[in-house]
Amino acid sequence: MNTAEKGVVRFDNVGLRYGTDGEVLSNIAFTLYPGRFYFLTGASGAGKTSLLKLLYLAQRPSRGGISMFGSDVITLPRESLPAFRRRIGVVFQDFRLVEHLSAFDNIALPLRVSGVREADIHQPVTDMLDWVGLSHRAEARPATLSGGEQQRVAIARAVIGRPELLVADEPTGNVDPEMALKLLRLFEALNRLGTTVVVATHDVHLLRKVPDSLIMRIDKGKLSDPTGALRYPPRREFAEIPS
Amino acid sequence: MNRPPALARAIERGLDPFRGKHASHLLPKTRLGGPIPWVIAIMVALTVLTAGGGLALDNLANRARADLSGGVTVQIVEADPRLRTVQADRAADLLRAAPGVASLRRVPESELEALVEPWLGSGLDEEIVPLPALIDVRLDGPATPAAIGRLRAALAGAAAEARIDAQSDWLGPVFDTVSALRLMSFGLIALLAFTGAAAVWLAARNALNANRDTIEIVHLLGGDDAQIARIFQRSVMVDAAVGGVCGLVLGGAAIALLGAQFAALESGMVARGGLAPADWLLLALVPLAMIGIALLTARMTVMASLRRML
Repeated sequence: MNTAEKGVVRFDNVGLRYGTDGEVLSNIAFTLYPGRFYFLTGASGAGKTSLLKLLYLAQRPSRGGISMFGSDVITLPRESLPAFRRRIGVVFQDFRLVEHLSAFDNIALPLRVSGVREADIHQPVTDMLDWVGLSHRAEARPATLSGGEQQRVAIARAVIGRPELLVADEPTGNVDPEMALKLLRLFEALNRLGTTVVVATHDVHLLRKVPDSLIMRIDKGKLSDPTGALRYPPRREFAEIPS
Repeated sequence: MNRPPALARAIERGLDPFRGKHASHLLPKTRLGGPIPWVIAIMVALTVLTAGGGLALDNLANRARADLSGGVTVQIVEADPRLRTVQADRAADLLRAAPGVASLRRVPESELEALVEPWLGSGLDEEIVPLPALIDVRLDGPATPAAIGRLRAALAGAAAEARIDAQSDWLGPVFDTVSALRLMSFGLIALLAFTGAAAVWLAARNALNANRDTIEIVHLLGGDDAQIARIFQRSVMVDAAVGGVCGLVLGGAAIALLGAQFAALESGMVARGGLAPADWLLLALVPLAMIGIALLTARMTVMASLRRML
């Protein structure tokens, strides 16, 4: 099986429960293929964030198997996880910016964690700040930024390392439609460079903005396949986009 | 996947990343809190004081032991002063010829009177309190029971009532006490080291809790445990170094003050318990040892706590 067929991420019969409660995710099975753009939709509490946590390796499943970039991450020793996480960009729903660092330093954080030289950090971070329209707020602390500005910093931080997999949880929830579109274009540009993008959203209007995207829907912890995103080869049937 | 050139270069370079001021600024609350440098300072000062006391006692015991190891005192106890002098002269002659005797000295009567003066006063009446004649003998080896036996045999004909004592026997109880005090100082040093480690452990846990959110973010961005532990260790090292230097100055000053006071006593044995340059060097290592303990404790605490996170 070649890389394209194996996929960037593969979930096999995954279940997740917190403590002794019932499963919040049940029998999740799908494959994310390289260079594809996925939307994950579902109502609030459907399990989107839990599924994304499994994707960005913040949580281990209670059962089932997950492989990423060709490796089984369930049996992987804990020490090996950071190397995998560096290949994933994450936009958290609550942004999770480091409060005492400036916008510049927050965006630079993934590069610094990866060991990029200080001399090589300034230009890409400045470019990224410019791209998200926050050049004038480079030295601002998150507490002094608006919700939309914080979200743009969080997105810039997620994409600056040009990750192989980008996972974004409601990335346009706090920005105006114009900025939402601009951010989506950034994700698309990254996608064209080869990044597999997964955007969780409950905004159905957003789904129509990326014509080549595939849609996965989650409902009460179970994944459905309204558009063929989970089949191989994946395809999109526009007529079935939920509205 | 094409990475940005800067990131690709960093990955290729394979550097151990995330050091320096940007790393240390990441967790501003990792400074172990206000009191910790002072706790470490007090621990180091007490350790320096305890170690200094132990070393001084050790020096005192070693010097006394060296001085007295071949020393033997021969007492001629005879009430009649004329007979006592005759016996002492004959004993001195016999001892000079005895094997194993390196030197000897008849202790002058004036010296004996000066020795007992604090208890019996001056102008002692020989008729009322006769003083024994003393011969201070230096052997060329240690004053073992066998050597004492040989001296006793040599004097048997000249001064059968002579008392022969190894000088080190008189200080036996003192040496035992010094040994006990040395052991106690080792125990105290171990307790102080343990207390210092416990203080660092508590502070590191508090610092970890205060920075939990940031640590989680760094983890999710691909930071590993060693990177985070290094940031904490750097902070601990600064605190421990500040505390260690303060403690060394405090402890050293206290030892110097006490040493000067003991020296002023002009008591032969106590005054000889001073510290040699090598001892001061050893005391200067106490803060370094405390920094080492603090670093190790902080690393173990942080790593153990991080291992509980995914």
